[in-house]
Amino acid sequence: MTPRIGVVTFPGSLDDQDAARAIRLGGAQPVALWHADSDLYGVDAVILPGGFSYGDYLRCGAIARFSAVMESVAKAAGSGLPVLGICNGFQILCEAHLLPGALTRNQHLHFRSRDQWLRVESTATAWTGGFRPGQEILIPLKSGEGCYVADQHTLDELEGSGRIVARYAASNPNGSQRGIAAIRNEAGNVVGIMPHPEHAVEALTGPSVDGLGFFTSVVAHLGALV
Amino acid sequence: MARVVVDVMLKPEILDPQGQAVANALPRLGVDDVRSVRIGKRIEIDFAGEADLDRAQEIADRLLANPVIEDFSLRIEPDEADRDKEESK
Repeated sequence: MTPRIGVVTFPGSLDDQDAARAIRLGGAQPVALWHADSDLYGVDAVILPGGFSYGDYLRCGAIARFSAVMESVAKAAGSGLPVLGICNGFQILCEAHLLPGALTRNQHLHFRSRDQWLRVESTATAWTGGFRPGQEILIPLKSGEGCYVADQHTLDELEGSGRIVARYAASNPNGSQRGIAAIRNEAGNVVGIMPHPEHAVEALTGPSVDGLGFFTSVVAHLGALV
Repeated sequence: MARVVVDVMLKPEILDPQGQAVANALPRLGVDDVRSVRIGKRIEIDFAGEADLDRAQEIADRLLANPVIEDFSLRIEPDEADRDKEESK
């Protein structure tokens, strides 16, 4: 059966349509979820897309964390539902304490919009199983608050337990500690990534089709569970 | 009016690029004896009734500050009418 993957739209989400398209190209059926509706409609996985939820007021992701849908997402993530947070979605996952650390203003203060090479370091997740460890991929980055920070203890733990999913390759675009571009939770079902795999799924519009791997990986992951 | 003021600051160990940018601009004003500038947020919460410090503490802890990167402090601010009375004594 075709897996159903939910995409949450918050007020200010921008990339929900691109995420839905990437889901379709990855072989699953996208399901629109709404921030004010706590019902997840039985989806098999959830994507929190990029954008500026609630205007990024206070801190990026801080207000989205308290939305009705996030209560359900947090609960379902605890029982293994695959969740991918992209850009603003990554910020929301950190604010919701589903992932450790926080994303802060880029060190050089400039918004960065460019195609970015990443090195995939953890393939033990619901979203990266289709990549080779060490594989370098090219996907767009577009963020002003993408600098990942956490205390030394947390960083050591992420590193030691193989929870750094991807690092910026070649150069660090925003000052992220230890070059972190993506991390996962202990179980590997929750992944947060700052660059945008959903913008690299078709040759016509993306710098590569490397991003598609996230969507085909989760489809394969869900297929293996059945 | 019952006001609680919450100050939210980045933790000392978290880099504050905004503060640095301001500090770097100061020499252009002829100021060269400033060692560092840090930027935070001041949030004013007006309660309908009595100022409730415990409730404000909870709001600050859960929403206004992110304990991973920020510290906060809070205080009750006497309202203007009270201040005026105090001054006229």
